[in-house]
Amino acid sequence: MTDDIKKLGYEAAFQQLEDLVAQLESGEKTLAESVALYERGQQLSAHCQRLLEAAQLSVRQVDEAALNE
Amino acid sequence: MQTYSVREITKYIKDLFDADRNLGSVWVQGEVSRLTRARSGHWYFTIKDAHAQLSCVMFRSAASRVTVDVSPGAEILARGKIGVYVARGEYQLVADLIEAVGGIGDLHRQYEELKRKLAEEGLFDQARKRAIPTFPARIGVVTSPTAAAWHDIQTVLSRRMPLVEVILSPTLVQGTDAPAQIVRALRRLYRSRVDVILLARGGGSLEDLWCFNDEAVAREMADSPIPIISGVGHEIDFTIVDFVADLRAPTPSAAAELATPNRDDLLLDIDRLRMRLAEQLGDRLDQRSRELANMHGRLRWLRPLKRIEADNRGLLDLQQRQQRAIATFLKRLHERLASRERALDTANPAHILGRGYALVSDERGDIIRRAAQVSAGQRLDIRLAEDHIKVKVDE
Repeated sequence: MTDDIKKLGYEAAFQQLEDLVAQLESGEKTLAESVALYERGQQLSAHCQRLLEAAQLSVRQVDEAALNE
Repeated sequence: MQTYSVREITKYIKDLFDADRNLGSVWVQGEVSRLTRARSGHWYFTIKDAHAQLSCVMFRSAASRVTVDVSPGAEILARGKIGVYVARGEYQLVADLIEAVGGIGDLHRQYEELKRKLAEEGLFDQARKRAIPTFPARIGVVTSPTAAAWHDIQTVLSRRMPLVEVILSPTLVQGTDAPAQIVRALRRLYRSRVDVILLARGGGSLEDLWCFNDEAVAREMADSPIPIISGVGHEIDFTIVDFVADLRAPTPSAAAELATPNRDDLLLDIDRLRMRLAEQLGDRLDQRSRELANMHGRLRWLRPLKRIEADNRGLLDLQQRQQRAIATFLKRLHERLASRERALDTANPAHILGRGYALVSDERGDIIRRAAQVSAGQRLDIRLAEDHIKVKVDE
């Protein structure tokens, strides 16, 4: 997987995936472009899925003290 | 002048009462006088103050729930609808709740008053409500760290959308200090750049939940730059914050659910997109392979045939041109031949003889052109068109 995908947050990755499918569906791409889009789409969807499945709720607290910092 | 029957005018007045917005639900404070508990279970009584009195009725089901002292002389708060009792031509309060002054009834009244006031100011208007983000990255929670509500919220978020970062802004959620703490807890979250705030507390008595009916809290929420979901008490509890919130959830857990997409739904969305992706590439490949097959066919058949046809056409053309050329040549040859023949014909002596001329020659065959060439007695030959005459010269 390309590094730029690994850095994407869930929402951004999902958005890219949606856009990419829409592009592919527009049917204006060459075969080579379509294959490239497909491969990227697979990577994006795998990334989204992994983010969702591996996620652990992160919790922190903002106290009164934090307000005064 | 129009004349009404008593029934008609009383009905008219009753309709006026029924249509009035304020009379539909009012709190009235006064001293109980003349209480009659009928055998049916209904109560008929009057409440009064120094200047006026009001007939009241309370039906059995409501009366059976009254726990406060309603004996004559007791100061009470009665809630209900003011309507017209047509048969007696009287208006009356049909009470559904009676509270002691200074007790919960007072809280109810304060609640109703604040609610009306804020509603009039437009704090509850739908137009003011901010949209709840679909994919929150950070969720702020204003509640007590020791409350069950906090635990419930974490449980729901872990299950539905563990991708979010949760920021707890702790506060008391009960007691006189709670409202000011809630306001500060909200403000702390504005700086944490959360996408949505959950204001939550588990179930409790009206007094327990009272800090969520606080005007300062309500106004802070209205001014919040971040959308707020309220989840206070149980399903049936409504507090002022529920009306000001951008979204009201019946419980803290429900608030956490409303704030987040469900992970399972998201996974399904991803699956659906992945299928569309595969379908699209499949379609594209099918389309290309059809094109390729088509092209292949054209290469094998259409192109060479065309070439041959074109070559054939050239050849035919050439042959025709050749044939035409030969024909022309032959024709010209014939013409020349014919003209030669005509010329020859003209020169043929037989032709001349045919027109009546004759050719004279001597015995040797020499042509006689002048008389001096012959002498008397000489034999000559006269050639005509068809035959000869043998003659002898006289002189």
